[in-house]
Amino acid sequence: MEFDPVILARIQFAFTVSFHIIFPAFTIGLSAFIAVLLLMWMATSEERYRRLARFWTKIFAVSFAMGVVSGIVLSYQFGTNWSRFSQFSGNVIGPLIGYEVLTAFYLEATFLGIMLFGWNRFPDWLVTLSAVLVAIGTAISAFWILAANSWMHTPAGHEVHDGIAYPLNWLQVIFNPSFPYRLAHMLNAAYLTTAAVVLAVGARYLLAGRHIGQSRIMLRMAVGMIAVSAPLQLIVGDLHGLNTLEHQPAKVAAMEAHWREADDSAFVLFGLPDEEARENHFEIAIPGLGGLILTHEWGGTYAGLEQFPEDEWPPVANVFFAFRIMIGIGLILIAMGVWGGYLWWRGRLFDNRLYLRAASYMWPLGFIAILAGWIVTEQGRQPWLVHGLMRTADGVSPVPGASVATTLALFVFIYGIVFSTGVFYINRLINRGPKEEAPTAHEGMPNRPISAAEEATRDATGRGPAGAPGRSLGNREG
Amino acid sequence: MEWYLPVIWAGLIGTAVAIYVILDGFDLGIAILFPFTREEEDRDLMMNSVAPFWDGNETWLVLGGGGLWVAFPMAYAIIMPALYLPVLGMLLALVFRGVSFEFRWVSKPRHRKWDIAFAGGSIVAAFLQGIILGGLLQGIDVADGQFAGGPFDWLTPFSIFVGLSVVAGYALLGATWLIMRTTGPVRELGRRIAPWLLLAVMAAMAVISLWTPLIIDRIAERWFSVPNILLLWPIPLSAALLSYGVWRWIERGHNVLPFAGTIGLFLLGYAGLVISTMPYLVPPHLTFWDTAAAPASQIFFLVGTVFLLPLVLGYTAFVYWIFRGKIAPGEGYH
Repeated sequence: MEFDPVILARIQFAFTVSFHIIFPAFTIGLSAFIAVLLLMWMATSEERYRRLARFWTKIFAVSFAMGVVSGIVLSYQFGTNWSRFSQFSGNVIGPLIGYEVLTAFYLEATFLGIMLFGWNRFPDWLVTLSAVLVAIGTAISAFWILAANSWMHTPAGHEVHDGIAYPLNWLQVIFNPSFPYRLAHMLNAAYLTTAAVVLAVGARYLLAGRHIGQSRIMLRMAVGMIAVSAPLQLIVGDLHGLNTLEHQPAKVAAMEAHWREADDSAFVLFGLPDEEARENHFEIAIPGLGGLILTHEWGGTYAGLEQFPEDEWPPVANVFFAFRIMIGIGLILIAMGVWGGYLWWRGRLFDNRLYLRAASYMWPLGFIAILAGWIVTEQGRQPWLVHGLMRTADGVSPVPGASVATTLALFVFIYGIVFSTGVFYINRLINRGPKEEAPTAHEGMPNRPISAAEEATRDATGRGPAGAPGRSLGNREG
Repeated sequence: MEWYLPVIWAGLIGTAVAIYVILDGFDLGIAILFPFTREEEDRDLMMNSVAPFWDGNETWLVLGGGGLWVAFPMAYAIIMPALYLPVLGMLLALVFRGVSFEFRWVSKPRHRKWDIAFAGGSIVAAFLQGIILGGLLQGIDVADGQFAGGPFDWLTPFSIFVGLSVVAGYALLGATWLIMRTTGPVRELGRRIAPWLLLAVMAAMAVISLWTPLIIDRIAERWFSVPNILLLWPIPLSAALLSYGVWRWIERGHNVLPFAGTIGLFLLGYAGLVISTMPYLVPPHLTFWDTAAAPASQIFFLVGTVFLLPLVLGYTAFVYWIFRGKIAPGEGYH
């Protein structure tokens, strides 16, 4: 049987990167949330903030572990599956990845140890400082990764000799034309995604009448965040769109399933793009609106797909639908922010059951929007790996298709197990909920395995502090 | 041509890999020793002794791989496809064992499957790291600046032997770590098993030292020609003396010395490998000068590294220091 290594390598990368991206997106937001809670606790000495931070730290620990292990895979996959791309771009984006490791990975990984296991062992300020450093580390990590990724979309500050890219100006490489928009859009997406999860968890507790005090903190912080961030995301997204139209017009044409410039730049609400017929079936469109959105001018026109060679078209239907999913979720979140803000203003945020019920279903929305946005931006770049410089088909490793197929199957199998188990355990931790009462003596107690996640489970399993009683293990040594 | 830049980078990446092997070596080693005890609280303690550190330890693996891409993109682009299956296999094994650190506690009391994932993932990862080392030592087929061999070129009796040696070596690091950091039955386990592992490691080092010159002429030439042989004989001799020292320290119940001595053994073995392969990055074809990145890229990354690496080493040391001391059931950390 013949395997096509290019397709398989693309599927493998898409699969592993999609799995990975949802964890950093969640942990970027969650680490910031935890750091803010701890700072508020330091400022007010309110015990509720501390307990809430402790609770989310357990969920953070599980998510972060999944993000780490899937991220290490990606860092090597550039070499295993995309070695020609690695060689082509190593001089330019290699150092960006290197800086990510030095400025972000170590910071997160090292201070995570204190953040998770330092409670009741080290001074409060040290744990809080570690949480802040972890949050900063996750954001710095996003900075470098998006600089590298943006360079692949809008390369700048380089020259190419003999099939290898060389840096000319590092500032132009890092701050390439699409980078600021991409970074702002992604970071904001991460904070929004986490806010939606916190909102849903707080709403669930309130509906069930549990953890009232802490749920109110969650709800207020989440609604505040969404009310500001969701409209902001619309503005950032719009600016990003203008930038994409300037640098990757074929991507925009695919996002809008816009075939001909003459098509009066309608905004297609719904349609089934058909690449062969070069038209949309069952189209529902608002004339002129597409031009208004993209050119900020009524009746403005922009390039259609037919103006590009057909072998430079991205997969139109995927990009078109993914874009609409992302926008739809963005609008839902804006509505939840406005509605929640209104209720808060009227003093009814915590007892409007309709809002709480709607909010309790919000948790997956951010993740879906991020994956959809990822499809828009990455599939929208096809057939290019580095826009205008290297085609995807030319970047792949000289590895037999059978090897790629084997590892792809292993990835699907293993990630399937690990991913579903991780989600199951996170859900278990959420069902357990934060501690209600003041911390009891057993918090710093002996025999307690130092896992952030363990404490919650112990209550549920009805066991005492983990580790059976009995064996005397004295004999302390110096 | 800035001839010295690739030398500096080869030194830095070599150092990162050495730090990785020692640090992740002992926490992988802890997991490799899991099957030697069935007691839940022993396993809790073993895992706890490395829980705050494993993530930082594994970051050195990312710096090693990432650094190779930054400084020697051509070597990275040849080595990774050449060792495709063992590299991806190792990463998948690390997935299992990495999530076990958290999953094992959340899944209690039914944590048996995560005990197996933790030990199994670590054993497979260690074994494949040895395979990768062996595959690299025995040489990679290169034509036109690209990997030109088959998907199983790395699979030889030699690489399998190196794989098993690395498992034994990591287990020894783990055992001496337990002697240093724990008390009670877990420390006893370390003391009981460490001498056997030490024997295995000594045997492995001896066999690899003889096997490589036998199959690779250039390594024989490197070690056994005059004057090299006169300059290099202290390395195997110190390894032999240090092994004897570690043996006695374990016997006498020292806390720290067995672990420190094992690190010394690793460094001597590593020095031997470096001497054997230098200056090849992709033996036997490409030296680190042949595969170096553009000087502008190496300088750009070097400038940051000069400031950032000491910072990283500083706070890594800080975290090890604040979690220092014996961890024992009934005490938690000091």
